[in-house]
Amino acid sequence: MDYRIPVLAPVAGEITVLTLTCVILIVDAFLSQRRRDITYMLALFTIVAAAFVTAFMTGENSQLTLNGHFVIDPLARVLKLVVLATTGLVFLYSRDYLSREGIYRGEFFALALFGMLGMMVMISAHSLLIVYLGLELLSLSLYALVAFNRDSGESAEAAMKYFVLGAIASGCLLYGMSILYGAAGTLDLETLSAKIADGETLSDLWVLVGLAFVLVGVAFKFGAVPFHMWLPDVYQGTPTPVTLFVGSAPKIAAFALAIRLLVDGLGSVSADWQSMLIVLSAASMALGNIVAIAQTNIKRMLAYSTISHVGFILMGILAASDDGYRAAMYYTISYVIMATAAFGMIILLSRRGFEADNIDDFKGLNKRSPWFAGMMLIVMFSMAGVPPFLGFYAKVAVIFAAVDASLTWLAVLSVVLSVIGAFYYLRVVKVMYFDEPVDELAVEGPSVLKLTLSFNGLLILGLGLFPNGLIAVCERVFG
Amino acid sequence: MFSDLPILSVLIWLPIAGGCVSLWLGEERRESARMTALATSLITFIVSLPLFAGFARDSAAMQYVELRAWIETFNINYHLGVDGISMPLILLTTFMTTLVVIAGWDVIKKRASQYFAAFLIMEGLMNGVFAALDAMLFYVFWEAMLIPMFIIIGIWGGPRRVYATVKFFLYTFLGSVFMLVSLIYLYIKTGSYSIVDFQGHPLGLQTQIWIFLAFLFAFAVKVPMWPVHTWLPDAHVEAPTGGSVILAAIMLKMGGYGFLRFSLPITPDASRELDWLIIAVSLIAVVYIGLVALVQQDMKKLIAYSSIAHMGFVTLGFFIVYAVYSRTGSLASAALGLQGGMVQMISHGLISGALFLCVGVLYDRMHSRRIDDYGGVANTMPKFAAFMVLFSLANAGLPGTSGFVGEFLVILGSFQANPWFAFLAATTLVLGAAYTLWLVKRVIFGEVANDGVAALQDINAREFGLLGVLAVSVLLLGLWPAPLLDVMGPTLDQLLQQVSIGKLVP
Repeated sequence: MDYRIPVLAPVAGEITVLTLTCVILIVDAFLSQRRRDITYMLALFTIVAAAFVTAFMTGENSQLTLNGHFVIDPLARVLKLVVLATTGLVFLYSRDYLSREGIYRGEFFALALFGMLGMMVMISAHSLLIVYLGLELLSLSLYALVAFNRDSGESAEAAMKYFVLGAIASGCLLYGMSILYGAAGTLDLETLSAKIADGETLSDLWVLVGLAFVLVGVAFKFGAVPFHMWLPDVYQGTPTPVTLFVGSAPKIAAFALAIRLLVDGLGSVSADWQSMLIVLSAASMALGNIVAIAQTNIKRMLAYSTISHVGFILMGILAASDDGYRAAMYYTISYVIMATAAFGMIILLSRRGFEADNIDDFKGLNKRSPWFAGMMLIVMFSMAGVPPFLGFYAKVAVIFAAVDASLTWLAVLSVVLSVIGAFYYLRVVKVMYFDEPVDELAVEGPSVLKLTLSFNGLLILGLGLFPNGLIAVCERVFG
Repeated sequence: MFSDLPILSVLIWLPIAGGCVSLWLGEERRESARMTALATSLITFIVSLPLFAGFARDSAAMQYVELRAWIETFNINYHLGVDGISMPLILLTTFMTTLVVIAGWDVIKKRASQYFAAFLIMEGLMNGVFAALDAMLFYVFWEAMLIPMFIIIGIWGGPRRVYATVKFFLYTFLGSVFMLVSLIYLYIKTGSYSIVDFQGHPLGLQTQIWIFLAFLFAFAVKVPMWPVHTWLPDAHVEAPTGGSVILAAIMLKMGGYGFLRFSLPITPDASRELDWLIIAVSLIAVVYIGLVALVQQDMKKLIAYSSIAHMGFVTLGFFIVYAVYSRTGSLASAALGLQGGMVQMISHGLISGALFLCVGVLYDRMHSRRIDDYGGVANTMPKFAAFMVLFSLANAGLPGTSGFVGEFLVILGSFQANPWFAFLAATTLVLGAAYTLWLVKRVIFGEVANDGVAALQDINAREFGLLGVLAVSVLLLGLWPAPLLDVMGPTLDQLLQQVSIGKLVP
C-alpha cells in the first residue's frame, strides 16, 4: 500500500489556528498579569491570520483531502470566516470585562481558540469521524469556558449541567453514527448518502434509528426543544463574555453540523428528518417565545429567544431545498450578528461588581445614553423581525422556503408565534425609553468596546437597508 | 431644472435624513433640532406639490416611477410610483406632518429633538408606504412605521401610554404578518414582488379567499374595522396631540389604501364573494360605534370612536361596488362608492386631524380631556370656539364642508346597491350630528363652567394659523372637490375594470 502525503492547503486555516494557539499557550505561561495584553493581541492576530489564510490560500473550488475526511468548499469557507469574525468580535467585547472582574487570563483565549478550531473542523468535516472530532473539541472547550470563573458557584453549576447533558447528547450522536456505520459500512458522508439512496444498507430501519440518534445530537447543539434545558442555565450562569461566545459562534457550527450530517450524509432520507424537524421547530418556536415572556433576567430571556430563533433556523433546514438551506444559513448568520450585539450591550452596561443582566437594569437608558439605547432598539426590533432591520429578511427568507415547500401552515404558525415573541422584545424597548432611569450614571466604557458595539448595531441596520450582499453570499454557497 | 429629480425618493429620504440630523443634534441643541424639523417638513411639503401640479390627469398609469434592483436574489426592487389613489394621500401626509411639527413647537418639553425626529422619520416611512409598488418594499415601510409610532405614544403619551402603545404595536403587527405570508405566497406564484404583477395574475377562488382574509386582517386592524378596533381608542387617548393627528389623519388611511391597492385588484373575486362581510362590518361600525361615541366622557375618545365610524364609511364605499354593479350594470354608478370612499379618506384626514388639534389646544391649557371639566369655552376663547364649531359641523357632514362630499357619494352609491344599506349608512348623519353637536354644546357653549375655563387664553397666532389652514382646506374640498375627483378618476375607473372582470383561473 503506497502512502502519499495528503494535500494540506485546504487545511491551512486549521493548521494556522492550531500552531498559533500552541504558541499562545507557551508565551502566556511566561507573561505576568500586567502584560496579559500580549496574549490578547496574539489571539486577535491568530484570528486575522487564520481568516487571511482561509480566504486566500485554500483554493477556489470544492476540494477533498486527508483521504476524503476533510472538505473545503464555498460553504466551509464562508462559515469559517463568519466563525472567525464572530470570535474576533467576542475578544474585542470581552477584554475590558475580563480584566475588570479579575479573570483576564490566557486560558480564556486559548480555550476559545481551541473551541473555534473545533468549529472549523466540524464545518469542514466530510466523514462521521471528523464531525465527532470537531464537535468534541468544541464541546470540551466550551465546558471549560463555562466553568472559567472558578470562584463562582453559579458558573460551576452551569458547567456541570452543561457537561452532563452535553455528554449524553454526544453519546447519542456517537451511538447514532455507529449505527449508521454498521448499516452502511462507511464513514464517508458522500458514500453514506449514495448507499442509502441505492438501498445498499443493512436495512432502512437501522438507518432511521441511526438518524434519530444523530438528530438528538444536532438538536442538542442547537438547543432545540426538547433538548434545550441546558441553554437558559448556561446563559445565565456564565460570565457574560463567555455567554457571548457560547451564544454566538457555536450556532454557526451547529448549522454546519446539521448541513453536513443531515444534508450531505442523510440527504436521501430527507423526508424522514423533515417530519422530525417540523416537530422540533414548531416546539422550539412556541416554547422559546412563550417562556421568554416570563423572564426578568435578560440573559435568560435571550436564551429563550435563542431557542425560538433556532426554531426558525430549523424551519429553513426542514424545507429540504437549496432555498431552505440558504435561508437557514442567512438566518444563522443574522442571528449571530444580533446576538453578539445584544450580549455586547450587557457587557457595556455592566460595571465592576455589577452585572446589568436584569431587564430592569436597562431602565431609562435613553436618558443615560440615547445612542446606545438606539443601538439596543435596533437589536431588539431586529430580533423581533421588524423591518428595516436584518432580522426581518432572515424571517422572510425562512418563511419563503417553508411556503415554497408547501408548509404554509408552519409559516403561519411561525409568524403568529413571532408576534407573541415581539412582546418581550418590546418590553426591553419599553424599559429603555418609557421608564425613568434608576441612576443617572452616564454609560462609560473603553472606546474599543463602544466602537465595536456601534459597528455591530449599525451593521444590523446597514444589512437591513442593503441586504443584497449577505443574501448573495448565501446564494453562491447553495447555488 | 428639477424635472429629473426623483421626487418620490426625496419625499421618503429627506424627512428621514432630517430626522437623523435632529437626533444627532440632541437635547443640548433642541432649538436647532426644532428648526431642522420645521425646515425639513416644509421643504418636503413643497417638494410634494409638483406631484399634484405635474400629475397627468388623464392617465391611470403609475407616474413618477423609479425602478432599481434592491435585493436581486429575491427579485425585490426599489420600485416607486404614484397614481390617482396614492398621490393625494402623499400630499395629505406631507401637509399634516408640517402641521404636526408646528403644533408641537412650544408644547413638547420632554426630549423635543427625539419627538420631532420621530415624526420626520415617520413621514418618510408613510410616504414610502403610499409610493411603494413593490410588495416587499411596501411591507418594509408598512412595518417600519410602527417603530416611531410605538416610541411616540410610549414616551409622550398620557398616563396609560405603555399599555396603549404595546397594544397598538402587537395588534397591528399581528395583522400584518398574515399579509406577509400572503405576499410571499403570491411571489412564489408569480415570480415577482411587483404589485402590478400580482394584480394581473389569475388565481383560483379558494386561494383568493385565503389571501383576501389575510389582507383583510392586516388592513382591518389598521382601518380599524369593528371588531378589531379596540386598540384605537386606547392609542388615541394616550398619544400626544401630534401622535393622535398622524394616527387619525394618515395611519388609518393606510388600511383603506391597502384595500384599494391589494384586496380589490389582487383578489377581486374573493372580494365579490365576501363583500357582504365587509359591508356588514362597516355598517356595524357606522351605527354601533356611532352609538358608542355618543356616551364618551373623554373628548379624544369621542373623536376616536367617530373616526372608526367614519372609516366604516370608507370601507362601505369600497365594497358596495359589486352590489351596485350587479344591480345596475353601470360602472359609473359603482364608481360613486370608490370615489366617495377616497374623498372621505382625505376629508377625514383633515377633519379628524383638526379636531385632535382642537382638543390639543384645550389640553395644553387645562390638562384635562374630560368633557365635564369644560363648559362655556366660547366665552373665553371665541376664536377657538369658531374653529371648533366649524370642524365639528364638518365632522357631522354639513354640506359645504369636505365631510359632506364623501358621505353623500357613498350614500348615493349604497342606495343603488340596496336602499337598506343607504338607510343604515345615513343614520351616521344623525348620530354624527348628535355626538359632535352634543360635544360642542357641552364644551363650547353654555355658562362658564369653572375657574379653569374662566382663566383660559384664546389661541395664539401659531394655533390660529394651524387651524386656519385646516379650515380653509376643509371648506375648499367641500365646495370644490373637482380637482381631487379629476385626479382620482382614471385610476378608479381602471380599478373598476379590473374588479368587474375578475381574474379566476379559466
